[in-house]
Amino acid sequence: MDIIHGKVWKFGDNVDTDLIIPARYLNMTDPEELAAHLFEPIKGENFNEIVGESDIVIGGDNFGCGSSREHAPIALKASGVACVVAKTFARIFYRNSFNIGLPLIIQPEAAEDIQDGEILNINLGEGKIKNQTTSKEYSFPALEGMMIKLLENKGLISYILNEGYDSSEKRESSG
Amino acid sequence: MAHTITEKILAAHSGKKEVNPGEHIVADVDFMVANDITAPITINIIEDIKNAQIKNEQIALVPDHFTPNKDIKSAQNVKLLREFSKKHGVKYFFETGRCGVEHCMLPEMGLVGPGDLVIGADSHTCTYGALGCFSSGVGSTDLAGALLTGKIWLRVPETIKLEYSGELKEWVYGKDLILMTLKELGNVSAIYKSLEFTGSTISKLSMYQRLTMSNMAVEAGAKNGIFSPDKITEEYVKDRVKRNYKMYQSDPDAKYSKVRKFDVSNLDPQVSLPHLPSNAESVKKIGRIEIDQAFIGSCTNGWYDDLEIAAKVLKGKKVHPSTRLIIAPPTPEIYMKALRNGILEIFGEAEAVIGPPTCGPCLGGHMGILAAGERAIATTNRNFVGRMGHYDSEVYLSNPAVAAASAIAGRIVHPEEVL
Ligand code: SF4
Repeated sequence: MDIIHGKVWKFGDNVDTDLIIPARYLNMTDPEELAAHLFEPIKGENFNEIVGESDIVIGGDNFGCGSSREHAPIALKASGVACVVAKTFARIFYRNSFNIGLPLIIQPEAAEDIQDGEILNINLGEGKIKNQTTSKEYSFPALEGMMIKLLENKGLISYILNEGYDSSEKRESSG
Repeated sequence: MAHTITEKILAAHSGKKEVNPGEHIVADVDFMVANDITAPITINIIEDIKNAQIKNEQIALVPDHFTPNKDIKSAQNVKLLREFSKKHGVKYFFETGRCGVEHCMLPEMGLVGPGDLVIGADSHTCTYGALGCFSSGVGSTDLAGALLTGKIWLRVPETIKLEYSGELKEWVYGKDLILMTLKELGNVSAIYKSLEFTGSTISKLSMYQRLTMSNMAVEAGAKNGIFSPDKITEEYVKDRVKRNYKMYQSDPDAKYSKVRKFDVSNLDPQVSLPHLPSNAESVKKIGRIEIDQAFIGSCTNGWYDDLEIAAKVLKGKKVHPSTRLIIAPPTPEIYMKALRNGILEIFGEAEAVIGPPTCGPCLGGHMGILAAGERAIATTNRNFVGRMGHYDSEVYLSNPAVAAASAIAGRIVHPEEVL
């Protein structure tokens, strides 16, 4: 899995899906169009234009709570966000992100410490976050089986088409 | 080993004798649902796959959020759903006039029943847990995966058992129980977990009030919110559900990650203050809060019984001159029943506007949007920033009696104040 290297955009607790992408834009499905409204209630319009390719979002507790709209992780990914680190994630948002190949990391200490604008190096395979600005390091538990499969296949659909649930069932029962 | 109702349903659907919390499983799905917001993404995924075959009898496509279509984009989305349904032989596709809020339509039509495993591309899919099934919200990609394979990957959740005892006071309902519970649990403690609603108060609760409670399980972050099926369940499903259903029960010695007990005999109607459902407070303690709008409807509290409660409060009264009251019966069946029984007339006489079955105002979609600085009370489930309109507007959540009374008073009040 790739190394993620980018700048931090920090947010607080309970960033809900209405803040990530307001409901009135849900009649769109095009990732680029959605990205133009990313975090609009907090950051204003066209925030995506200042997000760099491979930047990192930091959230507090319950990041992504609220509706099941996949538009939220889609808008994040299309804006260039490569990963979200938070204290806790809402579960549907968690599934949705991995299902489209956007990795999430649960690391409460890092989510607390790391500040807006700092530069991070994240190694997903090794479970390491390095804050280049402060030189502080954090580790997080390696991702579990299904999560790795989803990231390796760049999402659920290619996983199903490439490998299929049946093979995973066989693997699990034989292991 | 002893198991909870959720564990039993998940085991039965993954071909295992038993499953335990934390385990990842691949489970068979009985029924699915998606709406005009989430289905287009699912459809795009499926149409990108050559010769995709889907489980066309196990899904309902319900374009409820922006119905009647609010603009060209919404109309295009519904057209996409309509054409997809035709092409793939989707058995349950409903449109304006036959369509209402999905989480009211599915139980009403008997498309979901006890013991089922249901997923839906909408976070309030957890509503059906009231019937004693495992039901959980997922995303559009998850739904596409399940449409293609009939299966879904799941992590077996730990269960928090909630036990309620005591007789409810007048004007106190399932909505007040769940708002109080959200306050007690906080909005993150149940993430990835299952909520199981039990106790002597619950066994007397009507099906509609149970549906209101499981509807809001997701506001505590929960994966599902479930009730043990009983006589009340049987009564509700027996003439609706056409498939075979199974009534599972938790074992008395099943393991729970937490057990919380509540004596609710002194509970007053609750109001959730902006901007979290868990900010609940007794209506008697919130002081003077004037409102510009009241909304009664949605998958939380738009059931026929809720309209009846609102009508009881509104009968012979007028909505306060500085307040607007919007009532949207969530399904055509509820609308027609309210029409036949004179309930819509009571609303009209009170100078409320009666909307079509739609999600509309609940998510700030259309038909009742708030301006900057405006305040609304709503019988819905979410009061996030900007949920019903401008980012500088505010939403307060309550039961239908409090919402109706507040519309009359022009400020948030206990129903006793206007009767
Ligand atoms: S009524 Fe509101 S909460 Fe229910 S499905 Fe519609 S938008 Fe969602």
